[in-house]
Amino acid sequence: MDADQIARACARMAHQVLEANRGAAGLVLLGIPTRGVHLASRLAAAMAQVEGERIPVGSLDITLYRDDLRRNPTRPVGHTYLPVPVDDAVVVLVDDVLFSGRTVRAALDALGDIGRPRAVRLAVLVDRGHRQLPIRADHVGKNLPTAASERVSVRLEESDGVNEVTIARPSDADGATPSSFPSERTADADGAAAPGEDR
Amino acid sequence: MRHLLSAADLSLSEITEILDLAEEMSTVQDRPVKKLPALRGRTVVNLFFEDSTRTRSSFEIAGKWLSADVINVSAKGSSMSKGESLRDTVLTVAAMGVDALVIRHHASGAPWQASHWIDAHVLNAGDGTHEHPTQALLDAFTLRRHFRSADPSSAERNGQASDFTGKTIAIVGDLTHSRVARSNVLLLQTLGAEVVLVAPPTLMPSGVDSWPAANTTDFDEVLGACDAVMMLRVQRERMSGGYFPSAREYTIGYGLTRARLGALRPGAAICHPGPMNRGLEISADAADAANSLILDQVAAGVSIRMSVLYQILGGAEESVASPVREAAVR
Amino acid sequence: MNDVLITGADLAGQGRADLLIRDGRLVDPADAGVDVERMDADGLIALPGLVDLHTHLREPGREDAETHDSGTRAAARGGFTAVLAMANTTPVTDTAEAALHIAALGRQAGHAQVIPVGAVTKGLDGAELAELGLMARSAVQVRVFSDDGHCISDAGLMRRALEYIRAFDGVIAQHAQDPRLAGAHACCHEGEVSGRLGLPGWPPAAESTIVARDVQLAALTGSRVHVCHVSTAETVDVLRWAKARGVKITAEVTPHHLLLTTDEVLGYDPTFKVNPPLRPEEHVRALQDGLADGTIDAVATDHAPHARHDKQHAFAEAAFGMVGLESALAVVVETMVDTGRLSWSGVAQRTSVVPARIARLSGQGRPLSVGEPANVTLVDPTARAVVDADNTASLSRNNPWHGRELPDPVVATFWAGRQTYRR
Repeated sequence: MDADQIARACARMAHQVLEANRGAAGLVLLGIPTRGVHLASRLAAAMAQVEGERIPVGSLDITLYRDDLRRNPTRPVGHTYLPVPVDDAVVVLVDDVLFSGRTVRAALDALGDIGRPRAVRLAVLVDRGHRQLPIRADHVGKNLPTAASERVSVRLEESDGVNEVTIARPSDADGATPSSFPSERTADADGAAAPGEDR
Repeated sequence: MRHLLSAADLSLSEITEILDLAEEMSTVQDRPVKKLPALRGRTVVNLFFEDSTRTRSSFEIAGKWLSADVINVSAKGSSMSKGESLRDTVLTVAAMGVDALVIRHHASGAPWQASHWIDAHVLNAGDGTHEHPTQALLDAFTLRRHFRSADPSSAERNGQASDFTGKTIAIVGDLTHSRVARSNVLLLQTLGAEVVLVAPPTLMPSGVDSWPAANTTDFDEVLGACDAVMMLRVQRERMSGGYFPSAREYTIGYGLTRARLGALRPGAAICHPGPMNRGLEISADAADAANSLILDQVAAGVSIRMSVLYQILGGAEESVASPVREAAVR
Repeated sequence: MNDVLITGADLAGQGRADLLIRDGRLVDPADAGVDVERMDADGLIALPGLVDLHTHLREPGREDAETHDSGTRAAARGGFTAVLAMANTTPVTDTAEAALHIAALGRQAGHAQVIPVGAVTKGLDGAELAELGLMARSAVQVRVFSDDGHCISDAGLMRRALEYIRAFDGVIAQHAQDPRLAGAHACCHEGEVSGRLGLPGWPPAAESTIVARDVQLAALTGSRVHVCHVSTAETVDVLRWAKARGVKITAEVTPHHLLLTTDEVLGYDPTFKVNPPLRPEEHVRALQDGLADGTIDAVATDHAPHARHDKQHAFAEAAFGMVGLESALAVVVETMVDTGRLSWSGVAQRTSVVPARIARLSGQGRPLSVGEPANVTLVDPTARAVVDADNTASLSRNNPWHGRELPDPVVATFWAGRQTYRR
């Protein structure tokens, strides 16, 4: 995907979210760091253009809820920010790539400890398939059929200086070497990876 | 990070990471469910050879809020009186399969020694008159918040390192016997602050001139230049040891009296690791002043210890070669 | 017992010669018979058997740390033919009967002569004089008295003790440590390291002020004072001053104070916890200089074996002391001989002749000449080895030299004509 396609996907998702919610009432967008937060801001901006009102945007870090903490060196923890209480709100979780579903599982757990939303929806820029948990997205920017061994890289201007989504095979990934934890970047690697890597 | 034994072990980036994470952790106490699953299945033992309700309970709460199993073992007076050596006590507790030992000991260096005997992680919760690194971290956390609230742009302007750059912090009191002072000197130096040690000559540590800090016996000389003053607890027993003639003379020379409170810069922070001797090293006016951070320090204790526990226990274990390494002491 | 003929040894300053040992004495080598056992000592140095003024044998009381058997075996391995057993056993050697018992235990062990040191005060409590005269008049003729481990800090008591022992030419070996300047918890040289590590400091003045006082008391009473384990440059200065005035004062230094510095305690390893504490480099140099010029008269080990568990406490709570008998000569060679500060005849003086004279031992520290007791230590001046704490006759392992390469001088030890050690 190039910058244009990403922008159109965001605009479309913004409309879909508003339509499904029948307006902006009670909506809270929570991005999952790092790129989910940028996407949530973009969605909120697009929704503000339609609705004329600002939608609360926050971030929900899921590091401490990950199920693979013990398989990796200690991970840095990201920022969690709730613009409004989530109790009885409609929370839209926003992330860049939906893969195994484990990140979303962690996010649901985190959300449960923070409050009791009326409903939780999921918006992702890319759904690349290969789910390992019974989770699906409500709003998808683009479905990307991939092989499990391929890597999907989302780069956004806010963090990476460029807007693009690319697929790389492990063999021609730029500088990527086979991981000692194959599962981390393929099967259950739904979580935070280095900038530019898929999740 | 394998152990936390000394504030000197921490680099600037590690300190910043610990303080930043403590900020995230500090939101937990406002949540309906005060629990994070990060250390599920981990066992932390508070092995305390010396009483300390405050430090022990804050480590306990920190561990529990991170979902670790926390067990308190009071070894006060037990080892020597039962004829059990420190090594035996430590090995016995470690043999129960604990992941981390939080050790408080009345003798300097005990956690350091323990870290050589066992494979579990060791956190120094205060050793003798040596160090108390988590206290220094929570002091830095509290001060950083204070400095940022006084100058909100400071965090953004030059990155976190700048929070302490150009700041002068006085540590005042019984430096000889203070583990808090030693850890703070080391930590604040790494953070880039100017530290001034203030004490009567009898309470200055041996070799203090080699420390990365200035020192003076005249509190009033530095009072107006300080961005923060850390008052240390003075044990009344020190009087019988001849360290100073009377409580009155100490207070007049080195107490944060009402008069000295007035001579401080506006907004200069007042810290005390507790428990306070009101009227001796700190006046009630100073302890309860608007710029007193003493209660914030207490509140920061849990967040800092959560952050440290996560840094040490939150990831994969490095591969461990042998169950019990050869003792450093033959 | 066969005669032993040692051939070609360098007699440390007396030139090369053969030594014939017969019936516990040195006899004319020309008398050697055909069935004599020969020992080629070409390239080796023969010293009079070493005498240690300061050994803790722990028996009776702490037989798990050392016994007379293990301790005197260790002594023989270190080249010693005589050790003075300090009084701080359980019970304390503070009566004639206790002193006789110590000597008897030593005789049963039989690897070196054991000479009891008598306590100065009853139970080492620093209050009342022990029965000094009865110990002196007993069959073992105690001449060295010490409360080692405790300083006789009461000047009046020290004065009376010195006056009293003059009657039988005794000597008081003082553990110089002013308890008000360096209390029981003091465990690290007071300075940068103690300040940084938060360990209770032991300032040099706590030693030198007591020594200065004792110099005056020795002059006042005309009696003999011996200073145990000198550890500071200040004390060396005081001793030099006292000797220049003819005061009857002698002093010893331990091997560990001749080589190790305060930096060893940076790792909080209780192996390096010793009293008096290890001092910084400038003190170590002053001690070497003092030993070289005779200001310090003797090397004494302060061999202090401890059961493993007594050292496995926090540094401040672990037992004081380190083993030293087996490596003492090695350290003297390393610090004094190999550096050119002391000749081999100087080594003989500091490790045998002078200590024997201080302790008034008639059969030790004698010249290696015909008619003298056959107490001989054969030394290889060039051998070196890495010290292994487990390679020892001692029951204890608190060895500060473990893992360090040092000279490995002792080849054989003969005590009263009997070979007590052979490499």
